[in-house]
Amino acid sequence: MSLVLSETAAFLQDQTQRFAREKTPTSHFRSVRDSENPECFDREIWKQMAEQGLSGILIPEEYGGSNFGLSGIGVVLQELGRTLTPSPLFATAVLGVSLITKLGSDEQKKKYLPEIANGNLTCCFAFEEGPRHNPNVSEVTAEKNGDKFLINGKKFFVVDGSFADVIIIAAKSSKGSSLFLVDKNSEGLEIKEAKMVDSRNSANMIFTNVEINSENILGEIDNAQDTIEEVLDIARAAISAEMLGGALEAFEITINYLKEREQFGVKIGSFQALQHRAANMFTELELCKSCVLESLSCFEEKSNDVPRIVSLAKAKVGETFHLISNEGVQMHGGVGVTDEYDIGLYLKRARVAEQIFGNSEFHRNRYAELTGY
Amino acid sequence: MTDLALFREETRDWLETNCPPEMRKPMTPHGMTWGGRNCKFSHPDQELWLKRLGEKGWTAPTWPKEYGGGGLNYDENKVLAEEMANLGTRMPLASFGLWMLGPALLEYASEEQKMEHIPKIIKGEIRWCQGYSEPGSGSDLASLKTKAVEDGENYIVNGQKVWTSYANECDMIFTLVRTGAQEPKHEGISFLLIDMDQSGVETKPIKLISGASPFCETFFTDAVVPKKNLIHKLNKGWDVAKNLLQHERKMLASMGLGGSKAASKGKTGSGLATLSKKYVEVKEDKIVDEGLRQKIAKCDMNSHAFSLTLKRVSEEAKNSNNGPSAATSIFKLYGSEHNKQKYEIMLEAMGSQALGWEGGEFGPEELAITREWLRTKANSIEGGTSEVQLNVISKRVLDLPQ
Ligand SMILES: Cc1cc2nc3c(=O)[nH]c(=O)nc-3n(C[C@H](O)[C@H](O)[C@H](O)COP(=O)(O)OP(=O)(O)OC[C@H]3O[C@@H](n4cnc5c(N)ncnc54)[C@H](O)[C@@H]3O)c2cc1C
Repeated sequence: MSLVLSETAAFLQDQTQRFAREKTPTSHFRSVRDSENPECFDREIWKQMAEQGLSGILIPEEYGGSNFGLSGIGVVLQELGRTLTPSPLFATAVLGVSLITKLGSDEQKKKYLPEIANGNLTCCFAFEEGPRHNPNVSEVTAEKNGDKFLINGKKFFVVDGSFADVIIIAAKSSKGSSLFLVDKNSEGLEIKEAKMVDSRNSANMIFTNVEINSENILGEIDNAQDTIEEVLDIARAAISAEMLGGALEAFEITINYLKEREQFGVKIGSFQALQHRAANMFTELELCKSCVLESLSCFEEKSNDVPRIVSLAKAKVGETFHLISNEGVQMHGGVGVTDEYDIGLYLKRARVAEQIFGNSEFHRNRYAELTGY
Repeated sequence: MTDLALFREETRDWLETNCPPEMRKPMTPHGMTWGGRNCKFSHPDQELWLKRLGEKGWTAPTWPKEYGGGGLNYDENKVLAEEMANLGTRMPLASFGLWMLGPALLEYASEEQKMEHIPKIIKGEIRWCQGYSEPGSGSDLASLKTKAVEDGENYIVNGQKVWTSYANECDMIFTLVRTGAQEPKHEGISFLLIDMDQSGVETKPIKLISGASPFCETFFTDAVVPKKNLIHKLNKGWDVAKNLLQHERKMLASMGLGGSKAASKGKTGSGLATLSKKYVEVKEDKIVDEGLRQKIAKCDMNSHAFSLTLKRVSEEAKNSNNGPSAATSIFKLYGSEHNKQKYEIMLEAMGSQALGWEGGEFGPEELAITREWLRTKANSIEGGTSEVQLNVISKRVLDLPQ
């Protein structure tokens, strides 16, 4: 397996890095956060990202994308993670695109994918049913009613849920799990914005007899579980890449502060108690880089060890972002807990991202299970 | 067929023909070959294997051919390692010469010195030990006091070294000695090769908490060293020492992935879990104690992440052709701390059964784990302590202020 970036990925990383530095530094995140914009992202910026091809990285060429693969979108998310860029990239271009590409009929693909690629359409994946990740759908049901389905139940913490045009919902049907495409304006669907500590978009959704026509079934009824698991792994690898970006940046911000702030007549970075903690964090980051690269490339290389590698990456990056965000705040002293300094923003993002599709404990547990203990 | 594929085929054939049967079996506790003038082999196949590989230069596959090395490039070396792993061949030679001295000689020694010493390292004819540390100079190595003074064609060496691993079994010692002023301390040090087969060199083994005595105090009393044994320039020994230390740390780092045979893992299984399962409650193949299970998983994941990182960094270094760098400190630090953790988890799982000293109801594997656990405590001390590695990372990698 290759643990160095391909040329394409290196190019995308470069391009996104420039974009993020120029267009979406953390001041951009702050301005979106502090505006009255309930969508929590900037449509103009999203349009520009789409023009650069970022929304279509996982979309096959015949539907208007570039099909650069997960390694491609991974480095993009990593760079955007560094500046906390809020965008629909994760929910729409990773989750939505993966589900539609894997299970959609030709018609559905034609309808949705080109619109996603050009930045006109956003989606979200309504999956979780509680505050802790559970990979098995259990509460929300889809009941057959003639040639339609009726959906009932409640979904929690849907990333981008309060603005997404199309909701892909996972529900329990008579003999398994099924996926449906739901319009955000459907009758019986109540969407409640759930404002999270990281100021990104998230929603809870209540479905009361929401009617689904047969053309909006995604894939086969009762047969979605395998694909769901596959796509969850894709999403976990992708969010790990974003988290790695955040962790790297939080670390660099902290190191810079250690080199700049003076107390007792010297730079605080000369204190060994701080140096050693910084060196430990650096070492953990080096390990995270390898795990993330491996988890992004293992899909393309069709490794039969994908779930384990993905759990490795999510757990390891989760632990490390957790550590660095805490230590970063501490090493800033008083200013670390002010809104003015960026380090606290990474703390908030770290905790929310840690929870997405399984925290470190969940993934250690899964790794143990997959390894046979 | 590509050149590399051809090389793989030839290598496989060669190994198949030349690796003696005993050397395809897993390593035994006394099965390691250390070479040297008084080399002991516990099986004749060991000798044969060393001889065949040594002649081909494959004990040091990437070293230049003119000094008896294999002359392989990065990819060929990888192929060789893979093919040896596939066949399950044993490491032919364990040697400070291969791991530490040789690479430094290749960089700093004169042509004549290379011709004299490197082929003997490759063939395992001379066994080397490392004489750096002194009773008063450990982490602060550059404060060392062992003195060498010129006397015609020779240097006369006086002083004491300590923690000299295997000194009592070695033929030659590479040392750091003071040839100049005590201050500035880094600038009066030279790198000398000393033959231990003389009355001026004495060794005295030290007993460790693990019960073993792998290292010694080494005393020099008017030891005689020909001037041709000075490596690099007079008073410039610190350059050589630093270079060599990086190779040493790299070697020590990779040990973090080895460890106990009992807990060595297959491709996807967990050795740690397999071992633990013999001692703790298991239900439907799952370790019931959730706390222990999480700890094992965390440790396994760290092994996994660490080996991916070693691989990544070697892939990255492939084209840049740099030797080991300050980043080696990361590996030394992580490898040794990780190995210590692994053994603490084994102890936790095995309970008192991992704390036996001898006799009783303890199996040989259990007794070995007890001793290995004690041995791991040295991992974060030898070759520069973990604190020293953290200092190096802070200052040299992160560039934090002094
Ligand atoms: C198994 C083993 C094999 C060895 N083999 C060899 C060998 O073959 N040849 C050889 O020459 N040497 C060998 N050594 C010696 C080894 O290199 C030294 O033990 C090591 O460098 C530490 O020195 P010290 O023991 O004097 O500890 P000290 O330097 O006295 O350290 C004591 C404690 O203080 C800490 N400390 C020291 N300085 C600092 C600092 N600046 N900042 C923060 N903390 C600090 C250390 O980390 C440690 O925790 C071996 C050691 C072991 C354990």
